[in-house]
Amino acid sequence: MAEPLLRVEHVSKRFGGLLALDRASFTAESGRITALIGPNGAGKTTLFAIISGFLRANGGSIVYGGAGIAGEPPHRLARRGIARTFQIAQPFTGLTVCENIAVGAYLSRSSRANALAAAADVARAVGLSDLLDYPASSLTVAGRKRLELARALAIEPRLLLLDEVLAGLNPSEIRDMVPVIRSICDRGITIVMIEHVMQAVMSLAERVFVLAEGRIIAEGSPHAIASDTHVVEAYLGRGAANRLLAAGVPHA
Amino acid sequence: MVAMAVLAAVPLITASNVVLNFAVMVLLIALVGQGWNLLGGYGGQYSFGHAAFFGTGAYATAILQMRYGVNAWLGFGVGIAAGALVGAAIGALSFRSGLRGSYFALVTLAFAEVLRIIASVAPITGAGVGTLIKLDLRPEAFQFQSRAPFYWILLGLVGASLILVRVIEGIRFGAYLVAVRENEDAAKALGVDAMIVKLGAMTISAAITAAGGCFYAQYFLFIDAGIAYGPWISVEALLAPIIGGIGTVFGPLLGALVIKTLGEVTKLATGDAPGLDLVIYGCVLVLVIAFAPRGIAGIVDDLRRRFRSNATATPAALDHGRG
Repeated sequence: MAEPLLRVEHVSKRFGGLLALDRASFTAESGRITALIGPNGAGKTTLFAIISGFLRANGGSIVYGGAGIAGEPPHRLARRGIARTFQIAQPFTGLTVCENIAVGAYLSRSSRANALAAAADVARAVGLSDLLDYPASSLTVAGRKRLELARALAIEPRLLLLDEVLAGLNPSEIRDMVPVIRSICDRGITIVMIEHVMQAVMSLAERVFVLAEGRIIAEGSPHAIASDTHVVEAYLGRGAANRLLAAGVPHA
Repeated sequence: MVAMAVLAAVPLITASNVVLNFAVMVLLIALVGQGWNLLGGYGGQYSFGHAAFFGTGAYATAILQMRYGVNAWLGFGVGIAAGALVGAAIGALSFRSGLRGSYFALVTLAFAEVLRIIASVAPITGAGVGTLIKLDLRPEAFQFQSRAPFYWILLGLVGASLILVRVIEGIRFGAYLVAVRENEDAAKALGVDAMIVKLGAMTISAAITAAGGCFYAQYFLFIDAGIAYGPWISVEALLAPIIGGIGTVFGPLLGALVIKTLGEVTKLATGDAPGLDLVIYGCVLVLVIAFAPRGIAGIVDDLRRRFRSNATATPAALDHGRG
């Protein structure tokens, strides 16, 4: 197997007395979609914040494209091609949708005209074309999620970290968004997604890592993960898997 | 452009020193306010100590001339550079420490006050007595018989600052600056080096404001610590853009016109009661922030938009728009 684009090894993060990440490791294969799932508070977003340079790990290593990147500041990682979205959308509210995306597009273009043109292209790819001149503050939750995605894409990343881009969307909005994410992957961008919407994880991800209480407790294909005893117990509590089996409830 | 042409004609219409003095003060505050506006309005970093740059420009010009015999024009340039340097230094110290919002405002205020205190005791600044620039009415010495040339030079500086800010609006640096104002973390995630962007804005901002200080020294030929580094200039530097329209190119000019007019009216009405103009400024500031947070430029923008939509609407809507 080829060397993965991203290799996170034994990363730990401590917030005072709380060990948020306990030697967590995972890899993201180039050109694939990898999902990171786990119960609330498992440390998923913390792990993303460390990979993208917003937080510093207390230990462990992060190798991206063959180079160790732990401790580099966010703007430099962005220039290396690592883009992230924020779990709670962080639009530049005072700017229009187009200007928001253009900030990302400026990374590889210095002229305003080129940046705005590239922003319009990206907006088309995520379905925001009709809203280009609207203020970002006027967007719905679904619109803001798309904007997060568009801005991240505008820096033309190699690795895209998606932090719950489907959370807060209704089922039809999720159905609209899934093909958008797949098309990004088809363009050759490696994706790591944190997601609670299992329906999307099942249909998109090739490999799933499960984080619980700061540790990776399982990894495998989406179907293998869904029937993993450890995973069921992490979500539903100790003994839940056996009780479900006893009750004859089939796994997903 | 039209506004600039009208303003340029002012000295041709009147030779009254009162009017020209008033116009010079408006333009001076517009220039100093434009400096603040670049950092505060576009970059979202609210400085409460732009006096640090104004005073540095003023003192650098005055001291170079009086103590070292440097040509006034050269002194003017050095004064701007010195202001920019002070801006870069204060910026590096405060941004590197991660100071944002009110902490940044407080630390800039503190720097300006420290400079004021130093200037009021250090021998080189003339300490409490202040620094007098010798009268030497030759253009080579940046001094003129009439006020008109001063006015035109200042107008040129204001025009240059307007153009500079307009240019910055349209380039990558400007987009990054606004992105940092709107959301610093989101900007970083998109590859923006927020530290460099803020530092650049602070340096240019300080240079513009220092130009105002240099001009002040040449025009009044006298400065002391209270004038050069006093809080009055920090306050007017931020009042003008906030009242005129924060983060807009013409905001500082509009705001300067309003606050200086109000100041003069207050003086006439009350017979120069000290401090009353500040009370009025305070009231106007509260009103603007409460009812027109985008300032006069924002009101003009809204009116224009309403007018445009009325043009296509019914006459009834027009009547409504007038009310």
